[in-house]
Amino acid sequence: MSRLTPENVELARTIIGRYPRSRSALIPLLHVAQEQDGWVSPDGMEHIAELLGLTPSEVLGTASFYGMFKRQPVGRYVVSVCTNISCILLGGEELLEHCEERLGIKAGATTADGTFTLDDVECIAACSDAPCLQVNYRYFLNVTHDQVDALFDDLRAGRRGDEIPPHGTLTRVRQQVAAERWSGHGGDELVVPPGQVR
Amino acid sequence: MAVSDAAPIISTRFGLSDGHTLDGYRRTGGYTALPKALGMGPDAVLDEVKAAVVQGRGGAGFPAGAKWSFLPKDIFPRYFVVNGDESEPGTCKDRPLMEHDPHQLIEGLVISCFAVRAAQAFIYVRGEMALAQERIALALNEAYAAGLVGRDILGSGWSLDIVLHWGAGAYIVGEETALIESLEGQRGMPRLKPPFFPAAKGLYLQPTVVNNVETLSNIPWIITNGGAAFAALGTEKAPGMRLFALSGHVRRPGVYEVEMGTTTYRDLVEAPVYGGGMRHGNALKAFIPGGGSAPWFYPEQLDLPLDASVIGPAGSMMGSGAVVIMDETTCAVRAAWRLVRFFAHESCGKCTPCREGGAWLEKVLRRILDGHGREDDLELLLDVGDNISPGPFPRPAFGGEDAVAFPYKQTTICPLGPSAVSPVYSSILRFRDEYLRHIKDGGCASHRSGDLAAEVVGNPTSPAAKRGPGGDG
Repeated sequence: MSRLTPENVELARTIIGRYPRSRSALIPLLHVAQEQDGWVSPDGMEHIAELLGLTPSEVLGTASFYGMFKRQPVGRYVVSVCTNISCILLGGEELLEHCEERLGIKAGATTADGTFTLDDVECIAACSDAPCLQVNYRYFLNVTHDQVDALFDDLRAGRRGDEIPPHGTLTRVRQQVAAERWSGHGGDELVVPPGQVR
Repeated sequence: MAVSDAAPIISTRFGLSDGHTLDGYRRTGGYTALPKALGMGPDAVLDEVKAAVVQGRGGAGFPAGAKWSFLPKDIFPRYFVVNGDESEPGTCKDRPLMEHDPHQLIEGLVISCFAVRAAQAFIYVRGEMALAQERIALALNEAYAAGLVGRDILGSGWSLDIVLHWGAGAYIVGEETALIESLEGQRGMPRLKPPFFPAAKGLYLQPTVVNNVETLSNIPWIITNGGAAFAALGTEKAPGMRLFALSGHVRRPGVYEVEMGTTTYRDLVEAPVYGGGMRHGNALKAFIPGGGSAPWFYPEQLDLPLDASVIGPAGSMMGSGAVVIMDETTCAVRAAWRLVRFFAHESCGKCTPCREGGAWLEKVLRRILDGHGREDDLELLLDVGDNISPGPFPRPAFGGEDAVAFPYKQTTICPLGPSAVSPVYSSILRFRDEYLRHIKDGGCASHRSGDLAAEVVGNPTSPAAKRGPGGDG
């Protein structure tokens, strides 16, 4: 797949500039690549390595540690069903099975049309609203099987696009700081000597 | 013990539609603590937080003010990192704080950075929490534009930059040194100790404070009302209010802000304002008192107060404040297997006992659930567990003379490995007969593996599940 677009290179430079050491921007840049392509491609990782002055293997080394970085193409919608303790107490396993039946795939697989990838995931921090799932990391809480059916129908029909952007897009609001508001003293030495505050 | 009528401190905006915006936050009293703190000066702020005794809400329970004072004097730059990587099984209280009240967290962070004289901070949010990331980004943009963050905050001459950073799916990054590694762009593996606190050497090997989201969210209230007012809530050993995530077989699962020390687990489960009693009126079988890592408690421990100084000696921990209730229909072997599967999956692989031992425990438990258990499997489980968490396990609940104070020993750098052993010990010691039934008869009352998962754990009304315990994809 592809290297970062010129717009994303500019975004990458802004992100890099916020950290005292450029390598700290590695995970954020991998997210930028995944947002652009829906997954993290070898070309994308190589481009990130160039931007950060790292080797491609260093980038891959970090990327491969984190479960959210998909190093192969996945569906437009990644459905993550929690089957950890609080959820299986209240039907999380049956919910996953129901999703498998409705989508016709096993957990870990992608539908032939590339619309859905189904994942059996660990706790997603919605335990008091069990059972729960996420679609592209947007929550659906206390979900019933009927609600899942309706959700899948909507997504197949291209509805709910406002609510659920394609896989790879996490936050749709980026941190933006006007140049005159950015202090930029984080990496300096002795920028806040005791008693500076008046 | 009784249900306290103390007003909530940090969950007051959970029900508001605009509590996450600058306008909504200000309308409800927000950003009044910051100018007060700036006027007090850093040392007075530190004293106030120390007086409050805010025990860390991430899991370890170390008081925030004391942690801050470990920072070596006059070494700069120093950094502040917010741990928003909430992933402990059963825990869901930092997420609503980030989604519904991001400005409260930012205000608490700015005040805290002022107290420790940090010039840059990072808010590390769990990767899977898209809404929390959006809300914090929006709030930071508003706060920067309003002069509450950034250059020359509120005209004080003091400046602080805050960067929103998020992870990419790794439970272990919740461990503070792993979080720092991740923030440096590395694989999220915990660092060797000592140094035991990143205050000595943290981000970029500079002095660093890492605090949990909930811990920092309390700071504005403490500055407004005084540390003494905070410490006056609860008890001396367990001061303040705390969010508890109640899940599992209760009528009203939820996230409740309760007074520590004076409230008991029974209150959490039974009080109409909290759990409202057991679902279907079933009997309690066991409960996890502090997140998936915590050894289990049983009905006889329901009357223990929410007080770490009591829960520790009783053999478990208050941990992340996640309370998971399991009723009599729950298969203890299956519940233990599911927790062990989690820890085996999330092991970062750095320490052999955890990497190999966790996976081994998972395989043996799965074999038992699949109906292929062996007579000596229980001894094997305990033996493998002993190689991760050596020495006598704290089990005063069983009247054992070998009870020792929590936490247990570990052969690993971080507590993840021992966490995998907690459910194994907890289930074998209490429900050995259930294991034996699985091994000898191929199943137990609530789960027979011959008729595979005729009842999925804890759900007696569920249709026969076709999925075996090994079929997790």
